[in-house]
Amino acid sequence: MKKHNYKILSVLIVFLILCYSFKDKKDDNENAGLTLPTGFSASAVSENIGRARHIAINKNGEMYVRLGKLVDGKGTLFLTDDDKDGKFEVKYKFGNYSGTGVYIKNGYLYASSDEEVFRYKLDKDERIIDPNNPEKIVTGLLSRNQHETKSLVVDNEDNVYVNIGAYSNSCQVKDRSFESPGRIGCPILDSAGGIWKFKADKLNQSYNNGEHYASGLRNVVGLDWNYTTNSLFVMQHGRDNLNSSWPKLYDEKQSAELPAECLYQIKKGDNAGWPYMYYDQIQKKKILAPEYGGDGKKEADSKFINPVAAFPGHMAPNGLLFYTGNQFPEKYKNGAFIAFHGSWNRSPLPQEGYYVAFIPFKDGKPSGEWEVFAKGFAGVEVINSTRQAEHRPCGLAQSPDGSLFVTDDVKGSVYKISYNQ
Amino acid sequence: MRKLIFVIGFLLSVASVNAQVKKSGSTSNNSPSLLKGKAVYTQYCLPCHQVDGSGVMNMNPPLIATAYVLGDKTQLINILLKGLSKGVVIDGDKYTNAMPAVNNLTDQQISDVLTYVRNSFGNKASNVTAAEVKAVRAKK
Repeated sequence: MKKHNYKILSVLIVFLILCYSFKDKKDDNENAGLTLPTGFSASAVSENIGRARHIAINKNGEMYVRLGKLVDGKGTLFLTDDDKDGKFEVKYKFGNYSGTGVYIKNGYLYASSDEEVFRYKLDKDERIIDPNNPEKIVTGLLSRNQHETKSLVVDNEDNVYVNIGAYSNSCQVKDRSFESPGRIGCPILDSAGGIWKFKADKLNQSYNNGEHYASGLRNVVGLDWNYTTNSLFVMQHGRDNLNSSWPKLYDEKQSAELPAECLYQIKKGDNAGWPYMYYDQIQKKKILAPEYGGDGKKEADSKFINPVAAFPGHMAPNGLLFYTGNQFPEKYKNGAFIAFHGSWNRSPLPQEGYYVAFIPFKDGKPSGEWEVFAKGFAGVEVINSTRQAEHRPCGLAQSPDGSLFVTDDVKGSVYKISYNQ
Repeated sequence: MRKLIFVIGFLLSVASVNAQVKKSGSTSNNSPSLLKGKAVYTQYCLPCHQVDGSGVMNMNPPLIATAYVLGDKTQLINILLKGLSKGVVIDGDKYTNAMPAVNNLTDQQISDVLTYVRNSFGNKASNVTAAEVKAVRAKK
């Protein structure tokens, strides 16, 4: 009889535990699991759409989302909310190339694979007229191992800016290897590790007729045009492996925190210094890279540009957006949102990032400290291994009503963040 | 109430015993290589392949249930001795970061770490001996 009682009790306990776990689950789903500043709310407007990278939103609030991996042989999704239930459905898929970059400007949708840039003419509602026949405006861009994705943005004068990531960590003779020195006059820089500028309306451009706009940028994924300064801003992914390549100069903790992930304002001809230097956000100095004779203290050549803001290391800034909407409170106007995809190169410390950060701007310059804006994408508090993260923020876009959209390239969610007063 | 506490305690202890059985089950191999291999893994492999061997999307390949780890030992030993900069495709996903050669490790360290990796993260495969590493290294 006693035994029987225990059985009933155990069943009861299991039942109670289940009840609690379901209750927790429900609480988590509020704001789609995100933690936001007071007055903001979030919902997942799409889920499981694929590896959602960058996103562009047209004048009617419909979404174009690029995919890092093809779904049914297609690399871009067009999503709409026809029944106005707050959920966006895939209306159609197009383009047989995967990739990251997408942008709408002056009646065209621009989209990049890892080697090319295409554009699609839009109708008056900013819907694509012929999804099957884009114009190929750029071709033959280098896409070697590492940093293959191309991000893009278009300015007011119909120039397309494309990042070409360096196919190396720090231009070592042997990439990522123990105490391997840097290659003299890093030859990667002639065709990668920078930003190239092309004309929006010319076909089949490549290195020979594009402009090498800026160099010394290891890899840029998040970039945006700032209409206050009328200039390009980019977030660089800083180098890895300071400790594993140079254990006599950097301990694991220094290697986890350094170097900074930098926000740069880019003008024609700028050089951000990769691979010869990195920015140390703790010393607030440009430091000579160990591959080129640095010791963690020696400063780099002052000709390299300074970042306008510096964030902790390895957080992987994949999206940058200057907020120009009227929905959010005044402090957000013209400030920068940054989607940090989240780190992998910070062990033995826990990984960092996996959130959307914000830094306020005034007159085209940061006017305060950065802060975490939206967190909780990963679904777990502590992340030791990247795959523990259920979602990772990647692309950012602003909808016509001033809401902020965030893509996730793990499970393929799209989040809409709004301010409700 | 005392009964309730007792039952909860009982359930927890059953759960933890289960977890322990599961844990030791995944590394039933008692080779001393495992402990030493884990130390080598932590220092040289973990930063990229991660604490649970699951790698990093698009960049660093996972070491779980893949033929690269569980299959041909010569190929596996050579990846450590020579590095791999071509990128690999596993289950339709491409991983492209360069793997540096770690040929500064001794034959014993390479055998330890490979034995550890082949018997961790849910993997189960035969040990790699220092003699096997030595033979592959001699071939160049």
